[in-house]
Amino acid sequence: MSHQEPRKIISIEREVLEKNDRMARMNREDYARRGIFVLNLVSSPGSGKTALLSRTLERLQGRLRAGVIVGDLATDNDAQRLRGFGAPVVQITTDGYCHLEANMVARAAEELGLDGLQLLIIENVGNLVCPSSHDLGENVRVALLSTPEGEDKPAKYPTLYKSSQVVVLTKMDLAEAVEFDRDAARRTIAEVTPDARVFELSSKTGLGMDAWIDYLVQSIVK
Amino acid sequence: MHEVGLVSSAVDIAVESATKAGALAITRIRMRIGSLSGVVPSALEFAFECVVRETMAEGATFEYEIVPVRCRCPVCKTEFRPETAVYRCPNCGEISTELISGRELQVVDIEVEQ
Repeated sequence: MSHQEPRKIISIEREVLEKNDRMARMNREDYARRGIFVLNLVSSPGSGKTALLSRTLERLQGRLRAGVIVGDLATDNDAQRLRGFGAPVVQITTDGYCHLEANMVARAAEELGLDGLQLLIIENVGNLVCPSSHDLGENVRVALLSTPEGEDKPAKYPTLYKSSQVVVLTKMDLAEAVEFDRDAARRTIAEVTPDARVFELSSKTGLGMDAWIDYLVQSIVK
Repeated sequence: MHEVGLVSSAVDIAVESATKAGALAITRIRMRIGSLSGVVPSALEFAFECVVRETMAEGATFEYEIVPVRCRCPVCKTEFRPETAVYRCPNCGEISTELISGRELQVVDIEVEQ
């Protein structure tokens, strides 16, 4: 015998990412209490996050105490590249996960040890889509754009660039060779994310690195 | 693509509410997806079918509404719906960074069997 079950609508109105957002808030409060300035580096794979990070650690050595959390899909190659600059490095292998989440960062931070740190740099998984919806508790989200990727990336991936407070143009030493239109890139960034601070540099030649390092040092003094 | 993880969280939220209400099964889940949420609705829909298997939402219908981006102009305060990734005010030409909507990713409501 079949009969119609009584059906009812239950109103929910909840954010799907509420758990991550809550965890990110806790991370942010913890970092603020300890006086740590936190960066979340996002970009597509191969745009130079690890190269920028290693040059950054090299220059910060002896100037301020930095720690690094690196997210990678499967290997610890990036973490290997970053060791040897006097900064603690913890690797999160996401096993195919396309982005980092706030709870992964909290666990990694515990492993890293936050005592005495002034700067925490989180290198997210190389991906232009997924990391944009996951707050990790950072102070500043830094989107990298390498010259070979082309100047219209910010218009193609507005979600990521609009959620970033800093944009770093990397591999500027290749700009001419890959016919990168710098003015068009600056214009696109200014239109898509007008409040973002923009840096242009080359980790390889050191061009523009001083301004970037000064920015980090000043952010910490604040 | 992180749609499976997001749908799992959405289904968890739905199951939690349904259980609390003493429901027997979930027959429909309704979501609100902002067009700037970074989520592809069709991928969400596909993931949904896999995720609900062997839960009280198995066989449930998945519905969603897309919430377009809406901005407020910082200068003339006009509210508008941008057509491209550049949020330029149609009234005065200023670029807006103030979002009124578009980032949502929410479970709106569920239909359950009592």
